[in-house]
Amino acid sequence: MGKTLYQKVWDAHTVGTLPDGRTQLFIATMYLHEVTSPQAFSMLRELGLPVLHPERIFATPDHIIPTDDQHEPFADPRAVTMLEALRRNCAENGIRLFDLPSGQQGIVHMVGPELGITQPGMTIVCGDSHTATHGAVGSIAMGIGTTQVRDVLATQTLAMSPLKVRQVRVEGTLRPGVTAKDVALHIIHRLGADGGLGYAYEFAGSVIDSMDMDGRLTVCNLAIEGAARCGYINPDEKTFTYLKGRPYAPKGAAWDAAVARWKSFASDPDAVYDDVVIIPADEIEPTVTWGISPDMSIGISGTVPNPDDAPDAETRKARTTALEYMKLTPGTPIKGLPVDVVFIGSCTNGRISDFRAVAPLLKGRKVAPGIKALAVPGSQMTARQCEEEGIADIFRAAGFEWRLAGCSMCLAMNPDKLVGDQVCASTSNRNFKGRQGSPTGRTLLMSPIMAAAAAVTGQVSDAREVFDINA
Amino acid sequence: MPLNTIITITGKAVPVPGADMDTDRIIPSRFLKCITFDELAGTMFYDERFNTDGSTKHHPIDDPAHAGACIIFGGENFGCGSSREHAPQAIKRSGIQAIVAESFAEIFIGNSSGIGLPCVCAAHTDLEAAIELTRREPDTQWTVNLENLTLSCAKASYPITMQANFREALIRGRWDAVVELMNAPETVAKLAASLPAPSLS
Repeated sequence: MGKTLYQKVWDAHTVGTLPDGRTQLFIATMYLHEVTSPQAFSMLRELGLPVLHPERIFATPDHIIPTDDQHEPFADPRAVTMLEALRRNCAENGIRLFDLPSGQQGIVHMVGPELGITQPGMTIVCGDSHTATHGAVGSIAMGIGTTQVRDVLATQTLAMSPLKVRQVRVEGTLRPGVTAKDVALHIIHRLGADGGLGYAYEFAGSVIDSMDMDGRLTVCNLAIEGAARCGYINPDEKTFTYLKGRPYAPKGAAWDAAVARWKSFASDPDAVYDDVVIIPADEIEPTVTWGISPDMSIGISGTVPNPDDAPDAETRKARTTALEYMKLTPGTPIKGLPVDVVFIGSCTNGRISDFRAVAPLLKGRKVAPGIKALAVPGSQMTARQCEEEGIADIFRAAGFEWRLAGCSMCLAMNPDKLVGDQVCASTSNRNFKGRQGSPTGRTLLMSPIMAAAAAVTGQVSDAREVFDINA
Repeated sequence: MPLNTIITITGKAVPVPGADMDTDRIIPSRFLKCITFDELAGTMFYDERFNTDGSTKHHPIDDPAHAGACIIFGGENFGCGSSREHAPQAIKRSGIQAIVAESFAEIFIGNSSGIGLPCVCAAHTDLEAAIELTRREPDTQWTVNLENLTLSCAKASYPITMQANFREALIRGRWDAVVELMNAPETVAKLAASLPAPSLS
């Protein structure tokens, strides 16, 4: 009987079984950022333990980094304290830090794949739920808590129970203007924000096979929004081409050996899954969220749902709460809803492919009057590429604020925040209440090209119509 | 490191109902700008409880009738969203000793168990009944019993479930895993030597 990638990677990293029945799992690579690691280092110091494998740990600051002015000291003294703690903890323990002056800083989930640190067949963890992103190269990557960060610092292992594996197959061909983000939002909508509880998602099918690596990173990034703690894609030629030549990827003869090893981790053709879901590509529209959970989404041609049409009392209550918070009326077409802010960036959609997709559409167009539009490359490396390719200038000419690398308006731990009940067309990952920094702020999740369409029209719009991409 | 066993939790309960109670609602990100967890007491569910001007939203947590509650009754997919351990830390440091909900997000349940905060599941109808009872009679003393897996009070008793290994870890006082993770250094060293680490060379 064949095995899934999940089972193979799990088996290869198993140290043994703990007295409570959990598996002790070796962690190939851990990433750190400034928000969830300082407490772990404090706990380690209290125990008097050293960092066991500093060479397997990589850090970069991202959440609290301002994206407008990065001259130090930052205006926020608490951000200064957090950055100082990260620097001190990395220096004292011999951990590689991709700091602001390094030219390699950025959102941790962008930096890892971009530098080729994230490789197939690895177990990868970080104190951050969007660690699932790294599964796109064929690794088992999971978000963990701070006490678990301490466990990995001290032992390079974790106490874990294996997940079940659900294969989510997206089959067919995406219609023009439908992107990886729409695929992910659609999957979450179909399976529910809690649909993946207890599961790892293996994304597969012809749509995933033909998707570029940046798109795959977007899909895996959003696995956790469907409650799947990790999402992954089997490594293939696209994966290897993506990794080749990156700073931390194996070189020379080691490269060939690595590729052979990586291939062996892919799920066997006769692998047995705990569940299989098939999603037809042609049912996916450009998708927009209307509520306060990432599964509350509709196609751009849809209308805001009515709580009275809900299949059960719980859903009715959830919809009512969401509509009240979003100040939306049932039956309103989502298209045409005015927005105040547009945010293109985050570990979901702050990659080079995202900016490459939007730039040609923005050429010769302007952000609508009164709209605040932010374009925030997720990493310094992506920012450099965007400058070199003239992408940054196109965004600037269109009236976007072109910012420095960081998490920015995804999560409100830096100066980029919504004000009052502003509506934000956002390429980020969460539309939770208050997520973007104002306790009454409203988030509409969508793809980068849909966010660009909202920027130039000042309202939720169908990017295919605005940019004439139906051809 | 000797740890206390966690077998029963007894006290008043407070309802925090609703599906998909995400960690941004449990603790808004502005409270995450800290390098210790010490400052988190009292911050749980902050924006659920207070308006932007600081006035109360009359959340059950702030109802004097529920003062001193040590058990939360939640809904489906409790603790979804980010992996921030700040969420269970804020809950624990605000005096809560157990959470009963329909279901929990994976990362949240692991984070909570790792700091000795049990997360147990009850059926939808049982939780509804328990919430109804505790709303009507807020002084009801509930007991979450991890040994015989019940949520009970003088008037009612409901079955609860939890992942076997978390239950085992809590009732045996082994919920902080780090000691046991240090018991197999040779095997860990062998794996570290055989599994490639990313490097610049």
